[in-house]
Amino acid sequence: MPTISISSLTKRFGKLTAVDGVSLSIEKGEIFGLLGPNGAGKTTLLSMLAVLMEPTSGDARVAGSDIRTQALAVRKSIGMVFQGGSLDNLLTARENLELHASLFAVPKELRARRIQEALELVELTDRADERAGNYSGGMKRRLEIARALLHHPQVLFLDEPTVGLDPQTREHIWAYIKKLAQAESMTIILTTHYMEEADLLCDRIALIDRGKIVQLDTPEGLKRQMGGDRVKLVCAKACGRQQLARMRKLPFIKSVAQEDGHLALVVLNAPKHLQKILAAVGVVEEVHVLPASLNDVFLQYTGHAIRNESAEDDAQAHWAAHR
Amino acid sequence: MAVWRREFIVYTRERERAVSSVVTPLIWLLAFGAGLGASISVAGINYQEFIFPGILAMNVLFTSMFYGMYVVWDKKLDVLKEILIAPQPRWVAFTGKALGGLTICAFQVTILMIMGALFMSIPLTPLTFLFTLLGSLLFGLGAASLGLFIGAKLSSPDAFSLVMSFVMWPLFLTSGALYPIANLPAYLQVLVHVNPMAYGVDLMRGALLGMWTYGPLLDVGVLALFVAVFFYLGQKAFEQLNLG
Repeated sequence: MPTISISSLTKRFGKLTAVDGVSLSIEKGEIFGLLGPNGAGKTTLLSMLAVLMEPTSGDARVAGSDIRTQALAVRKSIGMVFQGGSLDNLLTARENLELHASLFAVPKELRARRIQEALELVELTDRADERAGNYSGGMKRRLEIARALLHHPQVLFLDEPTVGLDPQTREHIWAYIKKLAQAESMTIILTTHYMEEADLLCDRIALIDRGKIVQLDTPEGLKRQMGGDRVKLVCAKACGRQQLARMRKLPFIKSVAQEDGHLALVVLNAPKHLQKILAAVGVVEEVHVLPASLNDVFLQYTGHAIRNESAEDDAQAHWAAHR
Repeated sequence: MAVWRREFIVYTRERERAVSSVVTPLIWLLAFGAGLGASISVAGINYQEFIFPGILAMNVLFTSMFYGMYVVWDKKLDVLKEILIAPQPRWVAFTGKALGGLTICAFQVTILMIMGALFMSIPLTPLTFLFTLLGSLLFGLGAASLGLFIGAKLSSPDAFSLVMSFVMWPLFLTSGALYPIANLPAYLQVLVHVNPMAYGVDLMRGALLGMWTYGPLLDVGVLALFVAVFFYLGQKAFEQLNLG
């Protein structure tokens, strides 16, 4: 039985359908990614699975319990790291962990040990008695991850685990996440709008846009579906019909499109065939070869790219600063 | 219990909040009470003394309600989600929050009463202290529940000032905290009689100064009803919170 099974889960806010008939099943020990732009419905989906929000329709089971009728059992089996900063900044790291342990009814005799283990995992042992408010962004996120692990959940939800962190810290966090999945065989579901994060971490990825899953596969599978690398050519003169026709005949060229001032090609194994392509086009001013990326896949399925940062992130940062 | 402990630690570490919560009522007492008291006395006692229980009640109202409404910020910051995701029924979180507010309230009322006894000749004995404190806690529990209820229903902190104008100030100003009820025009009397805070003020003034309008039984009865209604509505609102 899958650890998580979701069937036609839907959430509407008035006229807006945030999550639109999503069905999924996720196996034990998987790192599963929900990849999509802000506002795609990722967080709403997680909130429903974590029983923070009631679905408008549809069903889901998390670790064998129904999210509608067995809310407490679901909550016992999950841990969650939120997007917006959910630490008590006035409490020390250890006090934050103690609060969580008692909220989650971790038996008293186990608490001290679990807290120690969690602190060690995220390497915060020697700063445990500082106030969380004095921590850097990366340390806060690590503490939040440690906190979510205290009650040994079967399923861990990570909502944008590295948003707003610098590249080095992000790599750190990724390493922790991988370590967890391997060592604890925990099922991890993360949302992200960073391509490389999904690509690097996830066993499978669901591309989500406007509340719907548009594609679901392994990162490699998704890139394979894209059919090849992207090549951008800026021609010396505007390309004629003849040239276009000639290129379309080449077997390794999957598609040719004319975009403002340049040609956009999708090519199988582009580095190898570049010579032949150039021969067919004639004189070019610039050549760009971009290896297949999830962004292209997303673009292909939804017709728009995943924006990187957005007003939503800024708003979050704004709130966090107020604390 | 964990929630309650958290609230208490947070309060003791937010010095600004703790200090301002005691200073504001003192300014009321000194500037307003002593100022107006210079030319007025009520029912044979000094005006400053007369409004002292009223100012205590005001402090209870404002602190408890603001404390409750603070969950609007918690909602924005995901702090509340962290509490609500725990495998506990929602009413446990609500009760923890309400008790947290009550503890803060007890702390402040105690400090104010001691200062009143030391500097304003408030007649304080262990017994009057205890009864006044209990009265303030009963009223405070209702006010904190009301605040939590409003906080759970509000979607953004922008509506705070609306709540102040339309709920908190009217409750305070028609509670008899600042004047005796007996001489009021009829329409104001009606407003006072339906205001639960009036019974809180009456209970505290009675306990402290022995001046009653409604009597202890009616006061406690009305306040208990006030608490019951908003405690129920508040935990219901927590139950229905949709966070995402």
